[in-house]
Amino acid sequence: MIAVNKETFQAEVKDTGGLVLVDFWSESCESCKALMPDVEALAEKYATQVKFAKLDVAKARRLAIGEKVLGLPTIVLYKDGEKIDEVNKDDATAGNIEAMIQKNL
Amino acid sequence: MEKTYDVVIIGAGPAGLAAGIYSGRSLLKTLIIERSKTGGQAVVTNEIDNYPGAEGEETGPTLIAKMVKQAEHFGVERVADEVVDVDFEGDLKKVTCNKGEYQAKAVIIASGAFPRLMGCRGEAEFTAKGVSYCATCDAAFFEELEVYVVGGGDSAIQEALFIARFARKITIIQNLPELTAAKSMQKKAFDNPKFSFVYNSVVEEVKGESGLLDTIIIKNEQTGELTEFNADPEDGTFGLFVFIGLVPRTDVFEGKIAMDRGYIPTDENMRTNVPGVYAVGDCRIKPLRQVVTAAADGAIAAVHAEKYIEGGE
Repeated sequence: MIAVNKETFQAEVKDTGGLVLVDFWSESCESCKALMPDVEALAEKYATQVKFAKLDVAKARRLAIGEKVLGLPTIVLYKDGEKIDEVNKDDATAGNIEAMIQKNL
Repeated sequence: MEKTYDVVIIGAGPAGLAAGIYSGRSLLKTLIIERSKTGGQAVVTNEIDNYPGAEGEETGPTLIAKMVKQAEHFGVERVADEVVDVDFEGDLKKVTCNKGEYQAKAVIIASGAFPRLMGCRGEAEFTAKGVSYCATCDAAFFEELEVYVVGGGDSAIQEALFIARFARKITIIQNLPELTAAKSMQKKAFDNPKFSFVYNSVVEEVKGESGLLDTIIIKNEQTGELTEFNADPEDGTFGLFVFIGLVPRTDVFEGKIAMDRGYIPTDENMRTNVPGVYAVGDCRIKPLRQVVTAAADGAIAAVHAEKYIEGGE
């Protein structure tokens, strides 16, 4: 799982072909930090099929709002740079994230 | 494979952690199961002004971190998993989770509560798109933007004061003719020039053109009058934070123990109607839901669970 920021988001996510999953998180979001180990585990499991990235929105607030993310945690799945699916808040569980990945593989 | 414990605690908020500290300190083999974030509602609360000893720089996360450290010091195990079924019938209670199954001589339910929804049109669609129930998670998105806060109780005003550190303007939408928060907190809000107040009103609908929240329609319940708030076109969006009470997270216990409108009745020793099963914190029927009362519940339940395990009650 790679960390992306407002400088690298375009190249690593929007200009990347195939599936890219982005974990929008921040240090002040306790739910995000609780969820992160589950996302890391999914990153290992789907390493060959999906690129996993995390974006700290505290340093990329405008970028997040531009991606229509106004609440944490939000997990977005991109395909060929286009947002195709997301889960957020209470729905952002390991099970739901994996279901979203499998639905779009 | 099933693992067997003396005490399994469901939920790692202040009630569950306090139960863990007491149970671990009594040398009982103790497991705390948490589905999501350790610390429950307290860990997403910035100010914990009224918990004894938590003065000065103490916040929800710092206080919870200390409780976790204390529980671990007493040998309490913790696992991140969600309880999907329970069987309280035998002497050994069974707790089934997504990833594993556990057995325990006593179970302490500390499953807490989650924020009540408004129930208005558009609410689900705009959650995490402008509608939020967690200030510490999302307030920073609204730096220099406008924010509406639904509710007039302690939580609503306390969280609104936190959001005001970021937002340029706060509008409180309260369904009653006045606020119900503690007077000291009300004064802070009334004295803050960023605050304005709308009374006797509820949110009727939330909308947004571009996928983000940009319109809130409220209804005055006394006059029936509808008022529409629109985001400043330069901002494009605004926030709507909802703090209108809680709903107990007890679905999984339905039919397994006595319940009353989702809450678990207990006696003053935290016993439910099933011997060896206790309920603590916000999920039980009680007059005051605070960190201090949650911690006290946990202590009482752990002490009685120990007596129960030793055959004393």
